[in-house]
Amino acid sequence: MRLRLVPENTNWDFFRYARYTLGASILAVVLSLAAWAFIGLNFGIDFRGGTTIRTESAQAIDIGTYRDALQPLELGDVSITQVFDPGFGADRNVAMIRIQAQEGEESVAADLVANVEAALQTVAPDIRFTSVESVGPKVSGELILTAIYALGAAIAAILFYIWLRFEWQFSVGAVAALMHDVILTIGVFSVLQIRFDLATIAALLTIVGYSINDTVVIFDRLRENLIKYRKMELRDLMNLTVNETLSRTLMTSGTTLVALIALLVLGGDVIRGFVFAITWGIVVGTYSSVYVAKNIVLMLGVKRDWSRPDKTTAGTQFTTSGDDA
Amino acid sequence: MMQIDLWKRVVIWGIVALGLFYAAPNLFYGRVEGHNDAIQAIEMQGANDALTAQAEAWPEWLPSGLVNLGLDLRGGAHLLAEVEVTDVYEARMTALWPELRDALRPERDTVGAIRRQNAEPGVLRVQIGEPSGMARALEVARGLAQPVVSLTGGATTDIVVTGEGDVLTVQLSEAEMIASDDRTVRQSLEIIRRRIDEVGTREPTIQRQGSDRILIQVPGIGSASELKEIIGTTAQLTFQPVVSRSSNPDERPGIGNEVLPSLDEEGVYYILEEAPVVTGEDLVDAQPSFDQNGRPAVTFRFGASGARRFGDYTAENIGNPFAIVLDDEVISAPVIQSHIPGGSGIITGNFTVEESTQLAVLLRAGALPAELSFLEERTIGPELGADSIEAGKIACIVAFAAVMLFMGLSYGLFGIFANIALLVNVALIFGLLSIIGGTLTLPGIAGIVLTIGMAVDANVLVFERIREELKTARGPSRAIQLGYDKALSAILDANITTFIVAVILFALGSGPVRGFAITLGLGIMTSVFTAIFVTRLLIVMWFERRRPKTLEV
Repeated sequence: MRLRLVPENTNWDFFRYARYTLGASILAVVLSLAAWAFIGLNFGIDFRGGTTIRTESAQAIDIGTYRDALQPLELGDVSITQVFDPGFGADRNVAMIRIQAQEGEESVAADLVANVEAALQTVAPDIRFTSVESVGPKVSGELILTAIYALGAAIAAILFYIWLRFEWQFSVGAVAALMHDVILTIGVFSVLQIRFDLATIAALLTIVGYSINDTVVIFDRLRENLIKYRKMELRDLMNLTVNETLSRTLMTSGTTLVALIALLVLGGDVIRGFVFAITWGIVVGTYSSVYVAKNIVLMLGVKRDWSRPDKTTAGTQFTTSGDDA
Repeated sequence: MMQIDLWKRVVIWGIVALGLFYAAPNLFYGRVEGHNDAIQAIEMQGANDALTAQAEAWPEWLPSGLVNLGLDLRGGAHLLAEVEVTDVYEARMTALWPELRDALRPERDTVGAIRRQNAEPGVLRVQIGEPSGMARALEVARGLAQPVVSLTGGATTDIVVTGEGDVLTVQLSEAEMIASDDRTVRQSLEIIRRRIDEVGTREPTIQRQGSDRILIQVPGIGSASELKEIIGTTAQLTFQPVVSRSSNPDERPGIGNEVLPSLDEEGVYYILEEAPVVTGEDLVDAQPSFDQNGRPAVTFRFGASGARRFGDYTAENIGNPFAIVLDDEVISAPVIQSHIPGGSGIITGNFTVEESTQLAVLLRAGALPAELSFLEERTIGPELGADSIEAGKIACIVAFAAVMLFMGLSYGLFGIFANIALLVNVALIFGLLSIIGGTLTLPGIAGIVLTIGMAVDANVLVFERIREELKTARGPSRAIQLGYDKALSAILDANITTFIVAVILFALGSGPVRGFAITLGLGIMTSVFTAIFVTRLLIVMWFERRRPKTLEV
């Protein structure tokens, strides 16, 4: 007996609801952009400067007391949140304190951390500071730029690579799917107000990598089928392709998700946001490669005769498939 | 049809064995680390029984390279410092003034009286009495310029002299500023390295970043502020003659003098001669010690020329006070009791033992040429790092088990082949990380977990393809062959695109993000290798032995 995520021979029509799936995708993208614009992102100190302090204490944490202790220091915007993790016992109470970048400071404020630590020690004598991070506004501005460059460079490089290996329609389809995934992830981070920091950018780039991986596998099969079935309707051809690759798509997403869920549950709270972003991105990425990327290729149309070498396209192939058709 | 040459098999197994061999030390992390530390300690300070025993705990013939643990896993401090390179311009102009004054003095007939004017930092402005003598003044000032060889090849001078009306303006030239910045940052880097080495921690990272920044990562240190105390202090030590004492910080010191506060005594100021007798640069050694009353102090020794100047000065000024100044604060101002020959002395003050030890370290390592400002600082406690490793380990094992179960259930025997390849894959990642001395960070662990999930992808592509080919192709052998051939294009395309992302992450990321990029990139390479070669070889070997008529994948 074998475990099968999909029946052996599927012949599902993935375009029957194309209008709704595309509509849903567009709606989701618009909602995400709206959330980004109106709710905004909960930027970590990497991007807006400031200090985060992680505290650990055996006593239960009373956020009010902590806040009162820090009040006299006049630090501006201070946020204190308790962190929960199944791995913590009853005697491990963890809190994250975030303090805004101090006015008029290019670099990290010198005595800030020492003052905060001293103030907290008066209310919780056994408190320990397991991590303290400060980023000056000068660096955080540069980090934002670097992050934007990284995302832009990744998308541009992929656009170029797909164009080189396939055709420009595929490029557009793949990049549309990528943007869809990235924007939806940003939307979720905005709605749930999960901390958005450098690690999140790394996660976004991973999503870009994974989503493109998924899309390319389908494109690859599509190209093969284009050569194999020259007379078939493009729409039917695409359906056939997706059905053929469906088992693989779900297997790979399945194994990756299984691994990521283990990390999400057991990997500790420090990287939970990071892992959550990747997990979410893989779900969305799997959907988008089936429902977004190829729909756009279908809309744009594609060259049908792949049998003769065409000097005007840049398409190159690693293997010469199609000889067994 | 499905033959693999013997030499290819040998190469494939050889690479796998090599990977396992180099990954092995990581299974005994504590022991190997102890071994490496002991060997280093023996090199530094000679062998003793305990160290030798520790060194022998790990056999010499086995590789001892380990995966470095990043700060987020080991705990430690991270600092990003910016060198205030413009500090140096100011010092240069201050030093140039007496030189210019001496050069213009013989020309007093043509240029008239000369007076230094207030100017912004890094600019020297001099007023001359006779505006008609400006041409001559410019000529003299330009005579002080030194040639600079810039990278672009054009030779220019280090200062730019301009004149307007009766004011002569001197500042550093563009080329000299660039050269000076580079020198300042390199000197700072060197001094920071010396100071951290003096404290003696394990594997610090001290790197130049961009034109004027320095990244410092020190594992195992308690906090970033501790690290800042070691490297953030400029430690400019001077010995200056005392003119008088005062309680007024705004007292006019007179030409060539300056007012500096006392370090310990509140409200006490000293008026000192600006030109030091000797400076920290003349020191050849400094050690923490105790004075005759048993209080912590620092003893120091001058080099030959410093010792002579110090000896001469003390001989001529018996009975006068003498100030020891550190970073513009007077540590103490003892009265010279007698001539001090031999060039050694002691600095006393209200030190604690830690302070005297640290001062000695700073004086030995030398002064920073410019101040540092800290743009970013991070401290990660060792217990948080240990927690993260523990959580990462458990997550990895569970992820591994789940993926293997999933693969076994889905593809049966072929799934088990893929699982063996997966184990090899992770071993290869660790082996490669150990060989290149890569750093494993918390996101790096996430990268490995992600690779575990994605490494099976290439196998899945092949297996699914074999399944399809079984429906049409002639016999299992042909199906396996076709499955591999046809899946190759998809495997390569899919992995190259992900690899592009890993490269971009590595190029643009820093710290933990870079750690993630490394494991992701290595994971892609090893997973393609294991899927295309290792799994295939396993299948071929199985097939040769069994020769099955039918195949179930």
